[in-house]
Amino acid sequence: MPIPQEAHLNSPHLNNQDSIREHLYAQMVLIRRFEERVLDLFAAGELFGTTHCYIGQEANAVGIINHLEKRDIIFSSHRCHGHFLARTGKADLLMAELMGRATGLVGGRGGSQHICYENFYSNGVQGGIVPTATGMALAEKMLRTGAIATVFMGDGTLGEGLVYEAFNLASLWSAPILFVIENNRWSQSTPVEKQLAGSMLARGQAFGIESGEIDSTDAEELYDYFDPIIKKVRREQRPHLEVIQTYRLCHHSKSDDMRPEEEIEHYRQNEPLPKLRSRLSPEVAERLDQEAHTKVEQAVTWARQQPFPSPSTFGAGATAAEFRQAESHRTAP
Amino acid sequence: MATNVLNSLNAALHKMLSEDPRVVVVGEDLLDPYGGAFKVTKGLSTQFPDRVLTTPLSEAGFTALAAGMAIRGLRPVVEIMFGDFLMLAADQIVNHIGKYRWMYNDKVRVPLVIRTPMGGRRGYGPTHSQSLEKHFIGAPGWHVVAPSPFHDPGALLYRAVIEDDDPVLFIENKTMYARPVREAPSEGRLGDFHARTSSGRYPTVTLSFDSFSSADVTLVAYGGMAELAEAAAEQLLMREEIFCEVVVPSSLSPIDLEPILESLKRTGKLVVCEEGTQTAGWGAELIAAVSAQAFELLQAPPLRVAAKDLPIANTSTLETAILPQLEDIDQAVLRACANSRRVTTR
Repeated sequence: MPIPQEAHLNSPHLNNQDSIREHLYAQMVLIRRFEERVLDLFAAGELFGTTHCYIGQEANAVGIINHLEKRDIIFSSHRCHGHFLARTGKADLLMAELMGRATGLVGGRGGSQHICYENFYSNGVQGGIVPTATGMALAEKMLRTGAIATVFMGDGTLGEGLVYEAFNLASLWSAPILFVIENNRWSQSTPVEKQLAGSMLARGQAFGIESGEIDSTDAEELYDYFDPIIKKVRREQRPHLEVIQTYRLCHHSKSDDMRPEEEIEHYRQNEPLPKLRSRLSPEVAERLDQEAHTKVEQAVTWARQQPFPSPSTFGAGATAAEFRQAESHRTAP
Repeated sequence: MATNVLNSLNAALHKMLSEDPRVVVVGEDLLDPYGGAFKVTKGLSTQFPDRVLTTPLSEAGFTALAAGMAIRGLRPVVEIMFGDFLMLAADQIVNHIGKYRWMYNDKVRVPLVIRTPMGGRRGYGPTHSQSLEKHFIGAPGWHVVAPSPFHDPGALLYRAVIEDDDPVLFIENKTMYARPVREAPSEGRLGDFHARTSSGRYPTVTLSFDSFSSADVTLVAYGGMAELAEAAAEQLLMREEIFCEVVVPSSLSPIDLEPILESLKRTGKLVVCEEGTQTAGWGAELIAAVSAQAFELLQAPPLRVAAKDLPIANTSTLETAILPQLEDIDQAVLRACANSRRVTTR
């Protein structure tokens, strides 16, 4: 099936299975190279703080986000690089943000977990984004824009009560929203069996939300699977929930992995990139790998040249008066 | 025509809903004929059924939902039935709503108002009587506003919803709802007082017995404490011939220090009243700010009148002992005068 023309901010007009396959792979390999480079830069001491990588889960982002229109809303979590890059391809702006630069996505104020670009948002505290995305979907419905919202969460976030307040409100008020639960099996260092009782699917069903589940790391399969679901959310203006059985091949955040090596190895056999790459011609695969590499290196080079934000920009915009006031409170005459 | 605080707020909600299709009202038990626990939203759901959303008991959920609506262009007014329940939404207030605009480098606005009744003196006990606004004062990104009977409460709410692009926590002291609105003029008489109202979206009212020529003590109070401070000022004048100026801010955060410093130039003595618990309260912040900015104006140690650092009891003898009373303000003013380094020359 064709990707809608406005689907992707950077997408070429794709109209056959080969070009879809190439596009999905190109996005996944960009996400993968980007995050591998990010981990290198952390190790080299070039990045601050922490980051949560999406390595192993890339097929989910590209399988879903390519069906979304430009007007649609995405709300992501702490693990947002993959969703953002699938949506925008803006590796340079994200890299500058991770490097804390003034020209990053949010001027260095947010970093890895707190970004905003057009209709894409993310925040780093678990749970709270789910009802906010629901409110966004309802606002679009009230304003009759035709936009829908998609919110991404992981298995760990299902421990937060706010998620269920959101499910209830979304169902009660018919919010046009897709809830995506990416079960990567590990909530930081805790395996899903030790933190989650009952069924993920039944959590949605209990609120009267039509819910489904797919166990796949195949980007094309996910892409085909989500096409009718997203159309249905838009058409019926009702919430829908999907559980994707996936696996995080990297650590939770940098350098905190204590999972059994055999388990990781088991899932590595099933990882999304080689699976899709094997369906491309070697020339095309090589070209797409190279393009991703080049794009990431250009992003790093560009981001390194960008200035750090100055504290004098604290009070930019309408809050300036308050910041001045806050300052005056701090300094005795 | 005299109106009370409740009707002033209710009329303002009617006005904004009829004027502006972006306004939505969200909260528990809002639908007519009930019309909200304190009836501030009465009549709204009948007239605007599509934009008055009665919610499940999900304070965090519907506050977060309203934030999403605000980011996408609506102007939601959230009612939290009792201010005590604001704590259920504290993560949204501090970690989400207050941060979005700044954290996203000014790319979004969250024009959301949370209105909530605070305060005791009605025998509602430990979990339905508190004044918890101090916990949100200084929370980045938020304006904390409290009307008093000396302001036009409806006008303040209207400005918060329609004109303020940042989130506003709007604190309504619940004993105030039945009080008549006695809005102070920008400059002129208000009963026995001369009144002045500062300019700006959330003004400060200053009341003086003496045309702002001289006074002994600056009594700062907001919300439900404002009329108590007024009563204390009247009592002290009659009994002791102590002249108090009563300063009533409507913006608790950020604090506009100017009208307070202006009064302190005449009095040199400061007493700050609040109904919440004393430790790390609004009064502490205000006194720290005044001391840092204008220590030379202070002729006596600034004093606080506030609730004891205890839960609020149900029974009236204990509730009265725990919450700040008229007599506490009276005593604090006398202490401020007694502690003064300069003999009062009046």
